[in-house]
Amino acid sequence: MNRFFWRYLVPRIIQFLTIIFVGITVTFIIPRFSPTDPVEAQIAMIMARGNTLDPASVEAMRAALTDMYGLSGTPLQQYFAFWGRLLRGDLGPSLANFPTPVSEMIKQAMPYTVSILIIAVIISWIFGNLFGALSSYYPKNRGLSMIETLGQAVRPIPYYIVALVLLVVFGYFIPIFPFSGAYPIGTKPNWSLDFILTFIHHAILPAATLVLIGFGGWFIGMKSLTSNIISEDYVVYAETAGLKENKILRNYIMRNAMLPQLTGLAMSLGTVFSGALIMEVVFGYPGMGSLTMNAVYRNDYAMIMGIAIYSIIGVATAVFIMDLLYPLFDPRVRYQ
Amino acid sequence: MFKVIRDLLKYDTRFRIAVIFLGAVMLMFFLSFFSPYDPNEIFVVPMDVPPSSEYLFGTNSRGQDIFWWMTFAVRNSLLLGVITALISRVISIIVGLSAGYEGGWLDKFLMSINDSFIVLPLLPILILLGFLLRDILNLFLLAVILGFFGWPYDARLIRSQVLSLKERLFTRTSVFSGTNSFSITMKEHLPFVLPIVFATTINNMLWSIGMEVTLSVLGLSDLTTPSLGTALFWANQHGALVAGVWWWIAAPALVAIILFLGLYLFFQSINEYIDPRTRLRLIGG
Amino acid sequence: MSLLNVKNLCAYYQTELYGISRTVRAVDGVSFELFPNEIYGVAGESSCGKTTLIKVISGNVKNPLKVISGSVEYKFGEYAVDMLHISKEELRSSVRWKEISYVMQGSMSVLNPVRKIIKTFEDIITTHDRFTNKKEFLEHARAHVNRLGLPTEVLNSYPHQLSGGMRQRVAIVLATLFQPSLIIADEPTTALDVVVQRGVLQMIKNIQAMSSNTVLLVTHDMAVHANVADRVMIMYAGRIAEEAPTEIIFNAPLHPYTQHLIRSLPMIGERSDKAGLRGSPPNLANPPSGCRFHERCPEVMDICLTEVPEMITVGEKHRVACHLVKENYL
Repeated sequence: MNRFFWRYLVPRIIQFLTIIFVGITVTFIIPRFSPTDPVEAQIAMIMARGNTLDPASVEAMRAALTDMYGLSGTPLQQYFAFWGRLLRGDLGPSLANFPTPVSEMIKQAMPYTVSILIIAVIISWIFGNLFGALSSYYPKNRGLSMIETLGQAVRPIPYYIVALVLLVVFGYFIPIFPFSGAYPIGTKPNWSLDFILTFIHHAILPAATLVLIGFGGWFIGMKSLTSNIISEDYVVYAETAGLKENKILRNYIMRNAMLPQLTGLAMSLGTVFSGALIMEVVFGYPGMGSLTMNAVYRNDYAMIMGIAIYSIIGVATAVFIMDLLYPLFDPRVRYQ
Repeated sequence: MFKVIRDLLKYDTRFRIAVIFLGAVMLMFFLSFFSPYDPNEIFVVPMDVPPSSEYLFGTNSRGQDIFWWMTFAVRNSLLLGVITALISRVISIIVGLSAGYEGGWLDKFLMSINDSFIVLPLLPILILLGFLLRDILNLFLLAVILGFFGWPYDARLIRSQVLSLKERLFTRTSVFSGTNSFSITMKEHLPFVLPIVFATTINNMLWSIGMEVTLSVLGLSDLTTPSLGTALFWANQHGALVAGVWWWIAAPALVAIILFLGLYLFFQSINEYIDPRTRLRLIGG
Repeated sequence: MSLLNVKNLCAYYQTELYGISRTVRAVDGVSFELFPNEIYGVAGESSCGKTTLIKVISGNVKNPLKVISGSVEYKFGEYAVDMLHISKEELRSSVRWKEISYVMQGSMSVLNPVRKIIKTFEDIITTHDRFTNKKEFLEHARAHVNRLGLPTEVLNSYPHQLSGGMRQRVAIVLATLFQPSLIIADEPTTALDVVVQRGVLQMIKNIQAMSSNTVLLVTHDMAVHANVADRVMIMYAGRIAEEAPTEIIFNAPLHPYTQHLIRSLPMIGERSDKAGLRGSPPNLANPPSGCRFHERCPEVMDICLTEVPEMITVGEKHRVACHLVKENYL
């Protein structure tokens, strides 16, 4: 147990912390290189809204904003202050929805994004891998070839365009799915069966976008993995020993092919998350993606920053959790 | 080289489709130099005319001929892809080679940063960048920025190849016979590394042009320059779908799909041709 | 009463990709018989067709390998099997592992890396037999493992926790679970150090003695044949050169190739120079005409370039395919 801890866990923990460190630092550095001064821009915006303020108030506001943005003091002091605020969970107030804190708005939007993300990722991973393995084991099957073509056709297309096409086809031409929002305008979210059903109804197209694109990727990866594994000694041996086909497929081929795919899953979370964000924009889905778009539109710098930070920490944590679960599947890592 | 293309054309359907698609895209690229309209001018043709023989893709709500505007869009998007690919190739080769050859602490350090970039969700970070730089952002700058973010995946591949090459007998023979390391890298190893670089270039282009589309749609790019993404942005700005001017959205979407599919199929078929293991699989061995 | 009768077997690899087709004539007219209760060795250099022959005999013919002509017929007691025409399902349920089992080349990696060894045992046993309860099965497995000299802790380990030699022995134990009539062992001692080699060979001899079955041992290592085989078959370029009881092969070989092979083996106390054969093994995609050995044979005659030598019986269980021998014999 001790060996396992040192050999496996500690490097992963260090990696986790490194990712967060690199991500947060990048997020910190980027605005410092911006030619626009967020404080001045903010003040200009507030003035442009038709508020006239006397110089003293403007000064006070400038000081408050500078402090809020963490722009007071030397860069190094700012950096530490930044981390301090982060650890307290304080991301400042949203500029477009002053004074609602950024973290509160994000926490409200997060469940929508995360729920679709988790379901879509799991479905696309499981089915993509399953069909990929089958298509490799039964290469002459026509149904599987058709599925493969479909997956290959969708895979290279950016999320935005796939979402757009789905929206137009299924929300517009064949209107079986609603093409906006997570629930009809006017309803309040609650836990009733009605709401849950309409929630699912609204969630299908967004989720389908993610599933379609992901499916193709897993399918192709699994297919080539499987065809390599099929010629591995232990599979040939199992066949020679007369084991039944589905047993070989399940316990020998898939159990082994799954391992690199698990690692791949962890690596892909960042990309899928990005895709989910943009997909929400197309569907007007009230998750972090729409939050982001609104923030860009309304120049809400604090919100954008906050979303970037939450995304980094969220994805890094998800990857870390997957790393922790991996030894459950691969005994070679468990007993070294 | 020509033999490769000839073989693929004859035997691989995907390659043929890819050539047709990419051919269409390259045609648009070249046509952009003969466009009768300047893409920055508006109201030069009647607005909102559906696709016809006179206006191939129709016209938009700003009075522009969509087809000729798209030729510029294609040109710019392709240029962006190429620039990003070049920059990230250079970075990934440097990182991959150094990490692979030096090993030790440098390797661990570089790979740590590398993996962080792979895992990090790039879109929120790029959105932040785009937001802050939107005043000075142009397509070229965007290409450079994307180049600085697109190298990690390929760097890792190059590094693994270098690691396996280091152990091979012919490397040891060279080392023992006194060849200096630069020579070894250039003469013996590069032929192994270059195919990887090529294979990942197209992948990288797919990624960067896709990123451009995503960022532009959000309005975080140079909106005066025509590109696949800005086309969609302007169409959305003018509520194209709602107003019924569906061709304004369909044209860039269609062109984008053809471009991406073309690149992807091209990449897949060449890769399969080169990789001896897939050849074995195709034979049935 | 032969166990296995192979007649005029021709099996080629036919590939076609991007407009180029190639045929490799890996096994070209092989006939031989196996009898119960013997250890039969198959010797020959790399790419002489040994492994292809094994694949066909054990029913492992997969694209691009195709059987062109010939017959492979088994007789397990009362049960007759035509290997080339048997249904996949019958092959899987009645023949595999019960009558024919296979110890593969490089058995280090034949065990599923993500499952414990006992699970692999379980997989194989439950496929071919029905045990009423788990305890009975575990007892059976442990007893079998012990009988063949392996510690029972092996069963609870993962493959990567065992050494290469140990994994090889586990593979052999697995092969003997159902006491098959024929055990095919393909290079069972390659890549093992000498001490472990001895253990493995001893194990094979014990198994054969205990169950009186037939072992088909394929290896290029002549020392192994000298040690365990009763009869040896020498293959060259897809055809049989000579087949005889072990002592005759080593003491009085007739085919020029066999003679050279035996001469090249070092013997204790010997100090003479060893010479290699000129040339190299033929390309089986474009094999030489007539006798495939003619390009390298020190005794080559005109007829060797045009006519394929036929197999003649020159003594008790001794067959040779060579024009020179035929001339001397007649």
